[in-house]
Amino acid sequence: MNAQQTITINGRELTFDSGETILEVARRNHIDIPTLCHLKGTTPTGACRICVVEVEGARTLLTACATPAAGGMKVQTESPAVVKARKLVLQLMLSSGNHNCAVRGSDDQEWTTFQLKVQGEDSSEELCPVWGDCRLQDLAYRYQVSGERFPATPTRYAIESVNPFIVRDFSRCIQCGRCVQACNEVQVNNAINFGYRGPESKIIAAGDRPLKDSDCVFCGECVQACPVGALVEKDVRYKVRPWETHNVRTTCSYCGVGCQLYLHVKDNRVVKVTGADVPPNNGSLCVKGRFGYHFIGSEERLKRPLIKEDGSFREASWDEALDLVASRLKEVRDTHGSDKMGVLTSARITNEENYVAQKFARAVLKTNNVDHCARL
Amino acid sequence: MTNTIADIETADVILIVGSNTSENHPVLSTYVKRAVKFRGAKLIVIDPRRIKMTEFAQYWLRPNLGTDVAWINGMMHVIIEEKLQDAEFVEKRTEGFEELRQMVAKYTPEFVEGITGIPAENLVAAAKLFAGARAGSILYCMGITQHTSGTDNVKSLANLSMLTGNLGIPGGGVNPLRGQNNVQGACDMGGLPNVYPAYQPVGDLSVAKKMEEAWGVSELPTKIGLKVTEMIPLAYEGKFKSLYIIGENPMISDPDLHHVEKALKNLDFLVVQDIFLTETAQMADVVLPSACFAEKEGTFSNTERRVQRVRRAVTPPGESKEDWWTLCEIARRMGYNMQYADSRAIFEEIARVTPSYAGLTYDRIDAVGMHWPCPTVDHPGTPILHGQQFTRGLGKFHAIEWLPPAEQVDDEYPLYLTTGRLLYQYHTGTMTMKSADLNNRAPESFVEISRKDARKYGIEDGEMVTIASRRGAISVRAKILPKAVGGTIFIPFHFAKGAANQLTNAALDPVSGIPEFKVCAVKIDKAA
Repeated sequence: MNAQQTITINGRELTFDSGETILEVARRNHIDIPTLCHLKGTTPTGACRICVVEVEGARTLLTACATPAAGGMKVQTESPAVVKARKLVLQLMLSSGNHNCAVRGSDDQEWTTFQLKVQGEDSSEELCPVWGDCRLQDLAYRYQVSGERFPATPTRYAIESVNPFIVRDFSRCIQCGRCVQACNEVQVNNAINFGYRGPESKIIAAGDRPLKDSDCVFCGECVQACPVGALVEKDVRYKVRPWETHNVRTTCSYCGVGCQLYLHVKDNRVVKVTGADVPPNNGSLCVKGRFGYHFIGSEERLKRPLIKEDGSFREASWDEALDLVASRLKEVRDTHGSDKMGVLTSARITNEENYVAQKFARAVLKTNNVDHCARL
Repeated sequence: MTNTIADIETADVILIVGSNTSENHPVLSTYVKRAVKFRGAKLIVIDPRRIKMTEFAQYWLRPNLGTDVAWINGMMHVIIEEKLQDAEFVEKRTEGFEELRQMVAKYTPEFVEGITGIPAENLVAAAKLFAGARAGSILYCMGITQHTSGTDNVKSLANLSMLTGNLGIPGGGVNPLRGQNNVQGACDMGGLPNVYPAYQPVGDLSVAKKMEEAWGVSELPTKIGLKVTEMIPLAYEGKFKSLYIIGENPMISDPDLHHVEKALKNLDFLVVQDIFLTETAQMADVVLPSACFAEKEGTFSNTERRVQRVRRAVTPPGESKEDWWTLCEIARRMGYNMQYADSRAIFEEIARVTPSYAGLTYDRIDAVGMHWPCPTVDHPGTPILHGQQFTRGLGKFHAIEWLPPAEQVDDEYPLYLTTGRLLYQYHTGTMTMKSADLNNRAPESFVEISRKDARKYGIEDGEMVTIASRRGAISVRAKILPKAVGGTIFIPFHFAKGAANQLTNAALDPVSGIPEFKVCAVKIDKAA
């Protein structure tokens, strides 16, 4: 075997496996290189150029996400040239859309005019819907830049909100292409891609149709991948801010894949769902898992025991309902025998509850007449 | 599944049969699609409908409904004829090959074409492709099991996988895709009439004795119990007296719904424990409100046998309770003291009496779930089954002949109906139909019909039609869709209005008791 090759990043000598990129080696060693377009598990595009680094002997700065590590390579991740390049990229991005997150700058008059324009286009008086949860905003603060260096570009495409799930705000899109990769390389739904050219570039579904009339299946992988406010869940846009919620990791309750997800909770209600980056789903979800949570807080949920009298239900206390069930089951068991009784347990409830249900049937009712809808 | 979900991406040939994967297991389908698009894997789809996955397939074989055993035998015929089987695997790991060889001898591609409608040359090509795989994965779902021949279909797929040496290896396996979040767990926990947790037979006296000791009871029943598809007909005849139903909605999900309603009405006592007042709950004498998954602690076991945590995010509405609490309270009132501090305490008892879960604890599965069997606390879990040997030792080939489905088309009922699911709805819709957003995408029942059949029966796209079988009739909107092929129509079963299961046949697989949801004969008319 060959001796392990090494690369030097910020003066630290690090080993790497062949095929690893500079970014991968750095991340493995907890060296922070900022990224915007990079999406784990997909082909690096180098589109945003935020991850540029200085490599000794190279004529230009290189993108860390797309450049393979090489033996003897010497890399600087925050040199003056790197910082200057990143600032420029950020300034261009910030000037090209409705990034009204107060990284705008200090000219009062210009600020007011800009905010009024955004409010008009966005029908909201609030700051950007992803304020505080935006990678572009994070980087603007980190590198202390604002969007005034270049003249603001006009909003070319109107917001699309004609589907129930996702609002597409093209003015806030930074064309990083993460959504395109999420759709084509992770979910492989092949619904969206880059369309048009140059300054008119836009992420489009085939034929530039609304998502609802395209191959889109609303898995929302693109929303989760979007680093800015271009793709936001319709239910939370301007209604829920990240600091108002806490997340609880759990297992999806729909199909048998068992995707791991986070329930985002605000005021004891589930208001949003995102995929957790662990097996079996590694962050992905489908439309039901991501957007089908309304039943949890539905007004139609049963809240109290019900007892039927003369053909209609009345509410009852737990004690009354439990006593009635116990006495009627005893009655049936004593009159007709255990063979005439059954329990349908459920493919929806937990293992613990299924265990207790079959134990109830066998140990209490004394019957093996216990089944569930696996067959249906 | 014998293998894991992630493992699918390492297969070089994937065979999907009877699974509309991208709609019913969307995230799992991404592993298949990525394998095809980025890793050069070849996909074979066998399905009567032109489902989305066919767009990724090297071969799409379209069999007549209920002819699965025939094409599987045909593939094995080709493989044996061309000597493409894994001779070493067959020799060392299996028995019964000679009987299989003799039985499939008559299933020539031409003979199989006569039964299945699959062109002989396509069957040969697909068989050769699968046999040539380094690792061939078989994925199946209810398109295989919901037939009177469902058990035979599954055994035949196992035959094919063993013949080609694809069991016990990464990227291989026979992989049923479980439709509901915890079907696997409900089975593992003994929510079945013939087994205790970990599939320990109820008729085994040593098992019964062990459970009696663990539970502190005597005289546990040793007679195999009734399946749901046996309880309902007995209730219909007045020979079954009480049902305790938890989180199930047989009023929509079961075949021949007309029958189900009468059966439930005939019961002396019906208790339903659920999160909504479902069609079934409305028929109950007592309804007990449950907490839903987001309101409780516990575990689910997914389709790849991975046991994963469920955690409380919000409080249950009103006075609704976790299901185990309610059952314990009733048990106590019936004279049996069943008490637990919390779900963790129940899980600890599960681990004590369930050999395949013995090594699992909440702490071990906290960050990432683990695959059973996991017999001890230092065991890493078992992602791939049957690595060294099968549960019974040698893998047995079952020589199985094709039998036709229970119902055939005739002059009066000239079309086949098959049922299934939609991306935007889930089972009987009690959960998904509470979302206006999902309903917006899939608002109502419909019948999917091919252009050819629509022309033949004078049906316009979007008009209301009447579909009738020997058991009932429903009115639904017609959709002329390219997914449908001539002679077969499709109706999703989610909807109470225009319920497909008014039409379906309650004929059962003799072993599994699964109804033949996937085949029945119907006729179609413009709505009156």
